[in-house]
Amino acid sequence: MILKALFAASATAALLLALPANAAELTIGFSQIGSESGWRAAETSVSKQEATKRKVNLKIADAQQKQENQIKAIRSFIAQNVDAIFLAPVVSTGWDSVLKEAKEAKIPVVLLDRDIDPSGKELYLTAVTSDSVHEGEVAGDWLAKTVGGKACNIVELQGTVGASVAANRKKGFDTAIAKHANLKVVRSQTGDFTRAKGKEVMESFIKAEGGGKSICAVYAHNDDMMVGAIQAMKEAGLKPGKEVLTVSIDAVPDIFKAMVAGEANATVELTPNMAGPALDAIAAFKDKGTVPPKWIQTDSKLYTATDDPQKIYDSKKGLGY
Amino acid sequence: MKGLPPVLITAVVLVAGFALCAVQFPNIASTRVVGNLLTDNAFLGIVATGMTFVIISGGIDLSVGSVIGFTTVFVALAIERWGMPPLVAFVAILALSAAFGAAMGAVIHVFDLPPFIVTLAGMFLARGASFLLSTQSVPITAPVYSTVSDFALRLPGGGRLTAVAIIMLTIVIGGALLLKLTRFGANVYALGGSRATASLMGVAVGRMTVKIYMLSSLLAGIAGIVFSFYTSAGYSLSAVGVELDTIAAVVIGGTLLTGGQGSVIGTFFGVLIQGMIQTYINFDGTLSSWWTKIATGVLLFAFIVLQQGLVALARRPVVKRAGAVS
Repeated sequence: MILKALFAASATAALLLALPANAAELTIGFSQIGSESGWRAAETSVSKQEATKRKVNLKIADAQQKQENQIKAIRSFIAQNVDAIFLAPVVSTGWDSVLKEAKEAKIPVVLLDRDIDPSGKELYLTAVTSDSVHEGEVAGDWLAKTVGGKACNIVELQGTVGASVAANRKKGFDTAIAKHANLKVVRSQTGDFTRAKGKEVMESFIKAEGGGKSICAVYAHNDDMMVGAIQAMKEAGLKPGKEVLTVSIDAVPDIFKAMVAGEANATVELTPNMAGPALDAIAAFKDKGTVPPKWIQTDSKLYTATDDPQKIYDSKKGLGY
Repeated sequence: MKGLPPVLITAVVLVAGFALCAVQFPNIASTRVVGNLLTDNAFLGIVATGMTFVIISGGIDLSVGSVIGFTTVFVALAIERWGMPPLVAFVAILALSAAFGAAMGAVIHVFDLPPFIVTLAGMFLARGASFLLSTQSVPITAPVYSTVSDFALRLPGGGRLTAVAIIMLTIVIGGALLLKLTRFGANVYALGGSRATASLMGVAVGRMTVKIYMLSSLLAGIAGIVFSFYTSAGYSLSAVGVELDTIAAVVIGGTLLTGGQGSVIGTFFGVLIQGMIQTYINFDGTLSSWWTKIATGVLLFAFIVLQQGLVALARRPVVKRAGAVS
């Protein structure tokens, strides 16, 4: 009886055996951090799509935000003798010993989305990441071009204080508008990257700027805060997207929805497609031995209301954002 | 069926499971994967050995995961920021964690509080303290670290028996001997059977309680050091939730949650079963890794039901039991 129950239990585990590994040219193991944010979930689904497109067998291990799980996953990829390993590191330290094992086994490692500490530079083939300073610049350049020569007071919603992404996006934007004397950031406060905080801070900006009539543009370090700010502007009787220009970063589906409604102007994409360039680099490395540059910078593409936002929204909404 | 000890059933599950995995992924049946299993679960094996003593004695220790986290941060800061030689840092943290465990044991005994509550407080305390030390991951660059984490005995077939795996195996064997062959071990079983009876039999219940929690925290400290070797870094968020994985390993290993019965070797098998499930999921690569938790949950449930069955069987009147056998 007892043994039967037990075998039933092990049979449950055995049920998991049902899926056969399909034969493909390349097998790549991807140690993903987890699914803590919508962007991360989108990165995982885009990685799967890109792998299928190239007929690569991609094995994804979700580490549930734990480094020990990522190390285990990498070791098990080495044991399976995969052709390459993709790693989105949860922290920047502590990878040396496991990456040495990969190097010993002659398995190239590509970092996705985040970098690791300098002591390990020779231990990976290349890193595919975005440049968040550049993202800020793209946003600033678009605003300068759109505004033209007239004077423009900008309010800025910053990301979480101390986050490197927030500091970089501010830096890039400031650099871009410094070239134009008519553009001026009049107020800048943190909205913590959240929708609720973005709305709250925008409400206080509107009050402080005499009902918001003197605000010409809003720059938010991410789309979520902008969605909150748009809400605040509408409630104050302003017309975002028309009277007040908006530009933000990330390109999540909801900002395209706002563009369709004519309430948002522009967004800079933090692409969830980090795996595509990485797969291409690995393919070239395997076929012809081409060593990629140490850093592959992803595109920071600008989307505006003229780019058919409805179509982009439809293509993005299924990705798990 | 009645005579089958739980630990044997655990062993059967482990072997059968491993065979099933190996049928689908022949690569799993390699010394490399077995070596990885031991290395990757070294810290879990060490801390689970201590937890076995606690649970057999009728207690529970929820603080172990936090103690591991605290240890990694403390060791990293001691070596990198405060300039301590690694060995001194190890001795300091082991003394500190042993004292921490002793204090929890003393509170449990003196105030007659449930171990669950006391060690829960210990868990928050240790985790909070590690955040106080540092919220960032601190890399450890001392040469000892790369020497130890790179050290490995090469097994035939590309496997590696690493230093941390050897430490874990030593502790598991040492723990098994301590539990089975010493007076201390016998007292642990006595305590778990019944505190009152143990006391009447002349077991110094208070001293034993202190010693048992001290042992558990000390081993958690060692597990923390091993963990810091594993990642070459100290991070206050490391080993979150490990106490629950540990308890699961102990129970799957055939130790009675209510105390009085169990073995270290069963716990070791329990640790390997959890590691095996995780390895399988990594090899498959298409399953969500949360299946590890689901499979562990199913196994845990099966073992608890099994234990209840065995306990009920043992409690039946002798005559009836004889009838059932015939």
